[in-house]
Amino acid sequence: MAAEPSEFDVAVVGGGLVGVATAYGLAREGCRVVVLDEGDRAVRASRGNFALVWVQSKGLGLAPYAGWTIRSSEAWAGFSQLLKEETGLDVSFQRPGGFHLALSEKELEARANILRRLHNQPGVVEYKTEILDHSQVKKMLPDIGPEVVGASYCPLDGHVNSLRLFRTLHTALRQRGVTYLPSHRVEAIDKVGGEFRLTTTGREIRANRVALAAGNANMRLAPMVGLDCPMKPERGQIVVTERLRPFLNYPVVTLRQTDEGTVMIGDSKEESTDPAGLTLGVSATEAERAVRQFPLLANVNVVRTWSAIRVMTQDGFPIYDQSESHPGAFTVCCHSGVTLAANHALTVAPMIARGALDPALVGAFSARRFHVQAAG
Amino acid sequence: MFKRLAEAGATVALTIDGKAVQAKSGDTVAAALLAAGLETCRTTPVTGAPRAPYCLMGVCFDCLVTIDGVGSRQACLVPVHAGMTVETQQGKREAGR
Repeated sequence: MAAEPSEFDVAVVGGGLVGVATAYGLAREGCRVVVLDEGDRAVRASRGNFALVWVQSKGLGLAPYAGWTIRSSEAWAGFSQLLKEETGLDVSFQRPGGFHLALSEKELEARANILRRLHNQPGVVEYKTEILDHSQVKKMLPDIGPEVVGASYCPLDGHVNSLRLFRTLHTALRQRGVTYLPSHRVEAIDKVGGEFRLTTTGREIRANRVALAAGNANMRLAPMVGLDCPMKPERGQIVVTERLRPFLNYPVVTLRQTDEGTVMIGDSKEESTDPAGLTLGVSATEAERAVRQFPLLANVNVVRTWSAIRVMTQDGFPIYDQSESHPGAFTVCCHSGVTLAANHALTVAPMIARGALDPALVGAFSARRFHVQAAG
Repeated sequence: MFKRLAEAGATVALTIDGKAVQAKSGDTVAAALLAAGLETCRTTPVTGAPRAPYCLMGVCFDCLVTIDGVGSRQACLVPVHAGMTVETQQGKREAGR
């Protein structure tokens, strides 16, 4: 007797931003999709990120990452419009260009060097990032302090309300009839006949294809389907101020004013993976630099500080793979789940729906790049 | 709405939204606002709803006002002093104030 057909075309493992953006794209392609998620206490970068849609300095060390990021940056306006038409929710995407401020000549020189090295890479997509001096920056950011010696500015940079983006994508999934199953942590994945069987902490799920989009947990999941996803999670801390009248018209890589008025400050990196930990020294350093950048923040009230775990691959670049041993299994993994959301929904998901990644677009991001013999 | 139980004690002169007001030495700014008959001291940043001093013990943050040019200060935690300028706040605070 023939087995009954799989309930789902694709099981997306992971209900964070990468998972739901991918699931949304799959649903748009007409797939029957299930999203398998952990519960409310999952360590979730989607609720702890800086919400930048960021291009400048991406791609140093892996030139195709620059082009891939620009593709998403260019697609973002249409993507947010699409979401608005479907859900009525505005994720407040803005792309006025973004700044990386330098507080010393040494910092500015380091910035210029990084950009020079990035743009000197063979095959890198040309895009404009300018080094500006204090007076040029001041024309665009009138509230900078005297210690800001200059900045790099890239017109492709932007930001979004990422919490609302997360909610909007979940709303869109519900409207499109995608099955969302929280508290279904995936414990095992087996391929039986032509279909995948996923053992979860909830019920067993059967699907024709599997897309692993579980952030740092992809490291645990990928080997279940013959793939590799080496991760190196790190912790970041953020300081959040009270809501202020709009004063900052551009996002800065370490400081942005949200559409709701709060100022988010922080770009710290620690190797810790304790999501509940906060170190006062880190918050204090972030706040001190923010006040040197924008002295008018000196007596503004801080209403929250928090830490979150970054999803980070071992080399910081995305990983997109399809399994040779388990055809139909894919990994979708990256640090910049906000920036790349448009690509995941509009480019990667259609590839998964067709059953094969396009090497011309994502071939550079296979985890095979890690499979070199260690020296020594 | 409010009246003092005792009128004794030194008076302190301050201004609320530019208007001269007499408070008592030892008053908090919140007490001075209420004694001066103000019904609201700010509007909220999101919906613009009016707010007035409520808990009077530093917990509710409803009594935020601008004191001597510094915004979002808790009126119930700051004692008045002679020459103080108090301004009610409308919506989001302005950075640098």
